[in-house]
Amino acid sequence: MIMSEMLPKDPYNLIITGVGGQGNVLLSRMVGVMLARKGLEVTIGESFGAAQRGGSVMSHLRISRSGTWSPLIPRGRADAVIALEPAEGLRVLALYGNPRVQALLNTRPIYPIGVTAGEAAYPSLESIRRAAEGLSERCWLLPATEEAQKLGSPILGNIIMLGAFSRVSPLSLDREAFEEILWEMFPEDKWKVNLQAYSIGESLISAENARS
Amino acid sequence: MDVLLDPREGARHLLLGNEAIARGALEAGVRLACGYPGTPASEVIESLLRAAAERKIYVEWSTNEKLAMEVAAAGSFAGLRSLCTMKQNGVHVGSDFLLHLALSGTRGGMVVVPCEDPGAVSSINEAEARMFSKMLEIPLLEPGDFQELKDMVRWAFDLSEEIRSVVMVRSVTRLSHGSGVVELGPLPDLREAPPPEFRYEGPTGDPDRGVLMTFPLDQTHKRLQEKMERVREIFESSPFNTYRGPANPDLLVVTSSACFLHCREAISLLGAEGLVGLLKLGTTWPLPRRLLGRYLASTERVLVVEEVLPFLEDNIKALAADLASEIGPTAFFGKASGHLPSRGELTPEKVAQVLAELLGIPWEGEPGGYEDKALDVLSMVPNREWTFCPGCPHRASFWAINQALKLDGRKGFVCGDIGCYTLGILPTGFHTVKMVHAMGSGIGVASGFGQLGSFGMDQPVVAVCGDSTFFHTGINGLVNAVHHRARVIFILLDNGGTAMTGFQPHPGLPLDALGREVIELDPVRICRAMGIRVEVGDPFDLKGTQQLLVELMQEDGGVQVLVLRRACALSPQRKSRTEFRMCVDERRCLGHSCGCNRLCTRVFRCPGLIWDEEKGVSRIDEVICAGCGVCADICPAGAILRQEVA
Repeated sequence: MIMSEMLPKDPYNLIITGVGGQGNVLLSRMVGVMLARKGLEVTIGESFGAAQRGGSVMSHLRISRSGTWSPLIPRGRADAVIALEPAEGLRVLALYGNPRVQALLNTRPIYPIGVTAGEAAYPSLESIRRAAEGLSERCWLLPATEEAQKLGSPILGNIIMLGAFSRVSPLSLDREAFEEILWEMFPEDKWKVNLQAYSIGESLISAENARS
Repeated sequence: MDVLLDPREGARHLLLGNEAIARGALEAGVRLACGYPGTPASEVIESLLRAAAERKIYVEWSTNEKLAMEVAAAGSFAGLRSLCTMKQNGVHVGSDFLLHLALSGTRGGMVVVPCEDPGAVSSINEAEARMFSKMLEIPLLEPGDFQELKDMVRWAFDLSEEIRSVVMVRSVTRLSHGSGVVELGPLPDLREAPPPEFRYEGPTGDPDRGVLMTFPLDQTHKRLQEKMERVREIFESSPFNTYRGPANPDLLVVTSSACFLHCREAISLLGAEGLVGLLKLGTTWPLPRRLLGRYLASTERVLVVEEVLPFLEDNIKALAADLASEIGPTAFFGKASGHLPSRGELTPEKVAQVLAELLGIPWEGEPGGYEDKALDVLSMVPNREWTFCPGCPHRASFWAINQALKLDGRKGFVCGDIGCYTLGILPTGFHTVKMVHAMGSGIGVASGFGQLGSFGMDQPVVAVCGDSTFFHTGINGLVNAVHHRARVIFILLDNGGTAMTGFQPHPGLPLDALGREVIELDPVRICRAMGIRVEVGDPFDLKGTQQLLVELMQEDGGVQVLVLRRACALSPQRKSRTEFRMCVDERRCLGHSCGCNRLCTRVFRCPGLIWDEEKGVSRIDEVICAGCGVCADICPAGAILRQEVA
């Protein structure tokens, strides 16, 4: 074990959330393996029963130096939230947030069918920003899907969010660890575009930091 | 290299719970593995398939769970180690066989792994297999973390061989679909072994060489109960039962399975390590009597923490009654006392709340108005209801069925079944399905409704069934309906695989789980061989399907079959391939003034078609749309346009 890996808090609790089909489970797996390779104990709890049917998806990551934790983070105890969909980000912040949480929200909505049908309202981007700011110590709203579309596929939004998170997270998620796992988990023809996505994520943070 | 096949003893990997189960079986030298797909169990077999070639394992997605048990048992009878796995209700499907297997006994180690779903995260029930262990008299092991998933499955094979009986290892969603770092053990050498042989030349009752039978029952049942007494003795010193806490705790918590992790966290959240003793049981049936007696004697207050029904609680209380003179007065808390619910999933904070109450420790949320703010935010987040995927053939099928039933006008209804198309009961399926029960029950119940015409019932009866469910048990219901001339329209929603759980093969497909060429059984030919009318249609042809259904509803008596064929939108052959580029002609879309009352977005509800509030027109969400083109046919104004993608 590499004992130099420090954690700001033990266990450090990260939630990755989104909607089925956005690559939520893959992203949590990548983050989990990257940290486990650093010698940290990682426990992940996932709800992906409805992952392919438009439902909310949520992965709970517990990162520790001392063994296995519950696969469910207790309410109000998240240290960071990565949301691949903004309304899901708010849902998770409301349930698991606290005044010290970091939040990264992709700004592109996926409308629930109740919204499309006119039975429910979807909050505006401005109210999402206000709500996320009110429930976090620091939040970043990032146009990850739009940037991913420019690269050719909206699914790359998850890697863009990872690149962004790596810039602001106290966890040791570095580009080398990402590259290592990319070589292992992805076919070769996907390497370049995923590396681009990761870099875009890194630079989106700079842009968002400059904005505020 | 695949982590499942890492030969290095002591290597540590982040494994999905179901991968840990598979690795445990590999370390035990499993040779046969069978299952029927179901969340949260499916990845056990999927993982063993990754190892099948290198570890020389026969892996099978069986036609149903009872068959999975039977095929696995054959391996055991011939001396091989075998495993079968399924979701919770699958054990109910196979329980008749399991009842007899317990009495006849096994040879090679045989382990049944139900992966259960307390709280029904991805189920329509929260059934339990634990009761079967008591009812059928087989040992029950419940791992309490990811390492134990692997270690206990590994050990369960040894136990099974020692007592010559099937052993159950129960997992739950939070373990099976959780991940943790697991330290690997060695993989056994695959030496050349003599070919497996089923021996039957010995005397009656010989466990290794006799004929396998459950009678004479006084002997086989006695033998089974003696085995369970041996198991109880083995469990007394099992390393899978652990205790952490003071010698005489204020409160003893007894728990098992994923609740162990919730309890440990709850104690840590409250800082109550000095007050609470945590007894984690890995061997939950039969209960180790002396071990429990020791811990029950150490305190006067006991809280039993488990999910859904009070299995552990009731069994411990029964034991405590027997041990009353040794353990002294004991107050039990749990479900009967009203401290914990008998349904749903537990979480660390739910356990913490109960502990706080029993210990008189304060348990508070975030101060400073954060919780009020959070509630406000929660109220502005719209619910995310389950929906068929964009491009899903089921949405089109239910649209046509729903329209046909309305046109018919006799209050016809649909008996549903298990698969993605269960969602036909929700708005995404236009509430077309009116009942859902077990696998294969749609056509089974429909075959009963189909007899009620003799009492004057005139409602058309429709049953829907997926292709995998058809082979699972639907075919039995169809046989019953056909034979008794039930008046039923049977619609087979054939999307080319077991789609809901990740495209596992079934008997209707040309390749099996191992990729071998197998005999594909065509449901159309099977149905035609029953001597009934069988039509085949494309669900994306809304008008044609609807007309055909109206016509079938006019037929008198007997079963009419309609096979609606179109591959799942997420299937390997359709995924990431769009047939059409869709767009909405804003000049033609009549918006709110359309007589259709927003049929496209308000009723059809495909996530790929959204409503532009500012312009008051429909719009395609290009990130979501799968380009199936079906919505173009529902717009009365012809405003939704499809453009073929080259």
